Amino acid sequence: MKRLFALILLTFASTAPLHAAVEVQEVTSPGGIKAWLVEEHSIPFTALELRFRGGSALDAAGKRGAINLMTGLLEEGADGLNAQEFSEAREELATSFQYRVHDDTLSISARFLTENRAAAVDLLRSSIMSPAFNQTAIDRVRGQVLSGIRGDLTDPSSIAGQNFDAMVWGDHPYGSDRSGTQASVNSLTRDDILDAYDRVFGLDRVYVSAVGDITADELGALMDVLLGDLPESGAPSVGRAEYILTGGVTVIPFDTPQSVALFGHKGITRDDPDFMPAYILNEVFGGGGFESRLMQEVREKRGLTYGISTYLAPMEYGDLILGQVRSDNSRMAESIAVIRQEWAKIAKSGLTAKELEDAKTFLTGAYALRFDGNAPIARIMVGMQMTGLPVDYLRTRNDQVNAVTLEEINRVAARIYQPEELHFVVVGQPEGLEGSN
Amino acid sequence: MHRLIALLVSLFALTPSARAAEITSFSLGNGMEVVVLEDHRAPVVSHMVWYRVGAADEPAGKSGIAHFLEHLLFKGTDDMEAGEFSATVARNGGSDNAFTSWDYTAYFQRIAADRLDLMMRMEADRMRDLDMTENDVRTERDVILEERGQRVDSNPGSLFSEQMRAAQYLNHPYSIPIIGWRHEMEQLNRDDAFSFYQRYYAPNNAILIVAGDVYPDDVRQLAIRHYGPLQPTPDLPERIRPQEPPQLSERRLSYSDPRVAQPYITRSYLAPERDSGDQTEAAKLEMLAALLGGSGTTSVLGRKLQFETEQAIYTTAYYSGTSLDDTTFGLVMVPTPDFSLEDAETALDRAIAEFIDEGVDSEQFARIKMQLRASRIYGEDNIESLARRYGAALTSGLTIADIEAWPDILQAVSEQDVMDAAKMIFDPNKAVTGWIMPPKKPEATQ
Repeated sequence: MKRLFALILLTFASTAPLHAAVEVQEVTSPGGIKAWLVEEHSIPFTALELRFRGGSALDAAGKRGAINLMTGLLEEGADGLNAQEFSEAREELATSFQYRVHDDTLSISARFLTENRAAAVDLLRSSIMSPAFNQTAIDRVRGQVLSGIRGDLTDPSSIAGQNFDAMVWGDHPYGSDRSGTQASVNSLTRDDILDAYDRVFGLDRVYVSAVGDITADELGALMDVLLGDLPESGAPSVGRAEYILTGGVTVIPFDTPQSVALFGHKGITRDDPDFMPAYILNEVFGGGGFESRLMQEVREKRGLTYGISTYLAPMEYGDLILGQVRSDNSRMAESIAVIRQEWAKIAKSGLTAKELEDAKTFLTGAYALRFDGNAPIARIMVGMQMTGLPVDYLRTRNDQVNAVTLEEINRVAARIYQPEELHFVVVGQPEGLEGSN
Repeated sequence: MHRLIALLVSLFALTPSARAAEITSFSLGNGMEVVVLEDHRAPVVSHMVWYRVGAADEPAGKSGIAHFLEHLLFKGTDDMEAGEFSATVARNGGSDNAFTSWDYTAYFQRIAADRLDLMMRMEADRMRDLDMTENDVRTERDVILEERGQRVDSNPGSLFSEQMRAAQYLNHPYSIPIIGWRHEMEQLNRDDAFSFYQRYYAPNNAILIVAGDVYPDDVRQLAIRHYGPLQPTPDLPERIRPQEPPQLSERRLSYSDPRVAQPYITRSYLAPERDSGDQTEAAKLEMLAALLGGSGTTSVLGRKLQFETEQAIYTTAYYSGTSLDDTTFGLVMVPTPDFSLEDAETALDRAIAEFIDEGVDSEQFARIKMQLRASRIYGEDNIESLARRYGAALTSGLTIADIEAWPDILQAVSEQDVMDAAKMIFDPNKAVTGWIMPPKKPEATQ
């Protein structure tokens, strides 16, 4: 039976990998706003994705949390509608708008039925162009944000993340949580919120994509209505963040039965020519699936954790390779020893030819699985625009994966993985683990 | 108001059932049910096998065995090495996983549609021919203990809901956590797993769901080839679990944990679930939950407690009707720092009492129905989540006819129906009320 399986596998593995079957149009509105569009008329709705480059890293000095709070207020009333009336209007139209902010982007994800498109776009426009930011709403949402900040103070995972960021990035906005602190959020005024709004929104930083029951002309007109009156620009970029952490272990005592560890060091920028080999390396090393080396060594062989993963974080102003693991306090030291050993091993020996081949088959086959619905496709396309990838990347990406050689992989492994630089931040009561600095 | 009515009318016109995903179902000779959901927009398929067995079917003292077995299904069979299943899926560019609930255990792969044959071959293999070493079992037991550490023991809110559930169900095994009680998990062994496996993992206890770029005739052919030869378990017992006695007095819990940053109050009530051919009561409760807590801004609790009195940071109401036996209806309120849990409970009681008094806001009710109709259109964009809804319903005692009838049953609920349901469910003697908070600061000794 086993041989039969092997034979079948070989047959399958040699078939051409799937290509993402989406036809992307590059659209420019009459007013000059650009977007990527996939027309998909079989279901009568559209997913629209907007992103503004900048995000919470654009917070003014001393106003940490202002952009996060401002984002939470966008759906709390606009154009003469209060928060409840705004929600009611959204519900009547059965449309949904989600506003999220990250370090480098503010994103707005909308979906609307074809028959309600015009009314939905008018409502969305009001939240972007003329949010009310009234004091009652500011205070109510501030209360929600403060509740989240208090929760983070006793959550081991948040404690680890915030300490790691602070040690890595120091005073750069990346070094502190985007929600701000209780003190900074308590001190924010309506003027701070208005200033935060001005920093984030601008025509020079918006990226748009749409997928669904809409034509290029309709999308062009829609964008001019929705975004045409935005100011030309927002706040200038904040400049690169300097990586200031060195290798070691930091233990943050916290009374909990299972420790959480965050670990990593400096990474690689998205536009680095070595990014693709680095991406493949990470996939094999700690990327999500059961098959990664860290899952095999830490979970499958030793049962030291339920899950372990690593990822590349190429951010706008700095980059990291990061991982996370949770182990019982009595076993965290062993998990860390195994991770160190694997880190050193991949730096020294890279991947085997078989690992590279398996990773290529997985990555090229799995690429098409990401395009599963209008909203996911819209998010991928807006992400590609922000990264500066051409439309053509959808067709060439798998070829780029396949073109990576073992020699390149092993050269990049030695470049990326720096066992001496690896720093662990452990929150819990890990037994037999001493902080080194 | 005028605008609203116009919208509703046009949306009705927009919802011809013909555009919904094509659904086909049939059974194999050995009793295995098959459901096919077609979506030909992308060359991708989701292949799922759902077993009608979950944590509420475990033998006494073996809590966690259903979930532990789910983990062990990724070890070996007579034909496959430990780990080979997932490795094979990955080498074919797919992803796979599994999940366990009280009423079901399900395994799935998402992969290019032309690999369906291989997925079925492997899934059929592990339905009857599981094989694993003692060492695999021991290591995996450590993994599930770490999983419990991560999901439950590290999270005071999870510990608290485990206690709430145990208090809610005095007699029914829904009182047991899916992951298991730690002291029982530590004792689970290979024999426990195998006896559970041999009894429940069989074609006559399984439902195959294939969703995506496939045609029913092809699925039928493949299913007959791979699943058809598997032997059913004879005399598979009916799923009859111990039921709850009448609740005669309120149950109250209070849980302190230094890791709680945000105190809150939660209350649950035993509630009827969706029954095959009889989903009306469940539909009323579903609408009641949407009215009370469906939105932080426009729901009854949001409006009263977050906006009018400003006593709450967050409120919600929940009801999950897809369940084999009696389920729960619940309320949650997170007070602002200026209010104690006692104040919060008083405020929550008052909000509910006012609602009983005031009745349903017709405009809110219409908006909820509008959103439910629209959700059918949006739902067509995600065939995998549609397939999961089918799997959960079919393993919870419902039929395809029940699933298809559900949206219309929801639309048929009247305002009076909702109020009747509210009066039925909010019986103070039948409440389980829980407070979760940080410990009181130690007082000075006298």
